[in-house]
Amino acid sequence: MAGSEVKGIGGYIEHHLVNLKVELVPGNPFWDVHLDSVFYTLLTAVVFLWIFRKAAKQATSGVPGRFLNFIELVVGFVDEQVKDSFKGKSKMVPAMALSIFVWVFLMNFMDLIPVDLLPFLGQKAGVEYMRVVPSTDLNITFGLAIGVMLFVFYYSFAVKSPKGYLKELLTHPFEAGNPMVQAILAPFNVLLNIVETLAKPISLALRLFGNLYSGELIFMLIAVFTLDFAVTELFTTIGGPILGISQFFLTFLWAVFHILIITLQAYIFMMLSLVYLNMAHEVHDAH
Amino acid sequence: MNLGVTMFIQIIAFLGVCWFTMKYIWPVILGAMEEREKKIADGLAAGNRAEKELEEAKGKADKMIGEAKEQASQVKEQASQMASKIKDQAKSEALAEKERQLTAAKVEIEQEASRAKEDLRKQVAGLAVVGAEQLLSKEIDADKHADLLNDLIKEI
Repeated sequence: MAGSEVKGIGGYIEHHLVNLKVELVPGNPFWDVHLDSVFYTLLTAVVFLWIFRKAAKQATSGVPGRFLNFIELVVGFVDEQVKDSFKGKSKMVPAMALSIFVWVFLMNFMDLIPVDLLPFLGQKAGVEYMRVVPSTDLNITFGLAIGVMLFVFYYSFAVKSPKGYLKELLTHPFEAGNPMVQAILAPFNVLLNIVETLAKPISLALRLFGNLYSGELIFMLIAVFTLDFAVTELFTTIGGPILGISQFFLTFLWAVFHILIITLQAYIFMMLSLVYLNMAHEVHDAH
Repeated sequence: MNLGVTMFIQIIAFLGVCWFTMKYIWPVILGAMEEREKKIADGLAAGNRAEKELEEAKGKADKMIGEAKEQASQVKEQASQMASKIKDQAKSEALAEKERQLTAAKVEIEQEASRAKEDLRKQVAGLAVVGAEQLLSKEIDADKHADLLNDLIKEI
């Protein structure tokens, strides 16, 4: 945006990709708290819980209002997905699916707010760095993915018992009738299971992160179009109006396309979590 | 980009959000939805039942109306039969009465006539007797005889 004190296009983008940090232990990046990510993730969580709690208070078996109807549409959709892909019985899983779907959607939705708006306001208020989309922070996506994995482990232990789970680690996916052969296969099984277990949260987290990060980056690249122009130059030069208009159209098109992406990513995150949980519920002794 | 304490904050937040949703949101909304679904299903079932009952009642009413109509036509037929029977009876009775009265009248007339003849005969006989008496008492007078005869003739 014209008038900001960043140097060049690279500087502009780099500046946008820096989190606002509080270093709990100076010099050790592990102890950095990304204040902006935490703030917006909690904000979206509160928005989600507030809206749905409001709906829950209105909930009636009589005639639902427009607002309640909309919320029920979402809840019904999630319920359907849970019933389709999760065969176990659990009170927690549907609630988790709804939380993921709506919360991740709201986090992603922050991407549709003009890229410079909130950081600009933040700068006016004295906050130098600000990233408004929590799902472009690996900490947040990994936090969600590990949260899901905690449920997966919990259900694995609860359904199969820790002993059964351990046995499955050793005897699955390669199985043999001969105990000797089985013993030889065990290290490979363990290796494969470790890879499989690690792949789950990593794929969950990186998929969401990658999609949203690239989306945000494209918004920034479009924003860069008129970076070097002052507001008056947009009208007094030849290049200004052309870039301004194309910037407007590109942003519009990308935002429209992005509506699809953010919804899809929230949906995929939810579905994969359900699939992983369903796998945790399955007992492999059947074959 | 580094993983750190932010991630653990997010994990805790995630668990918190899931817990809240499980406790205060999901069961309430879904419960209401399921209850409403059941209500609607019950309502539809009741509607169907009522429709079926109405149809049954209509059928019953139609049947009753048909029966009543049949009965009515039967009654009508019976009544008309009876009426014609009564009419015939009355007619024949009337004819018989007429016949009876006619014969009675005839008999009476005959009786009357025969009585009248009898009376006449008696009177004629009386007159004959009286004439004979007078004839016998006044035999001499031929003229008187003639007059007497004339009187006799007149009187007959």
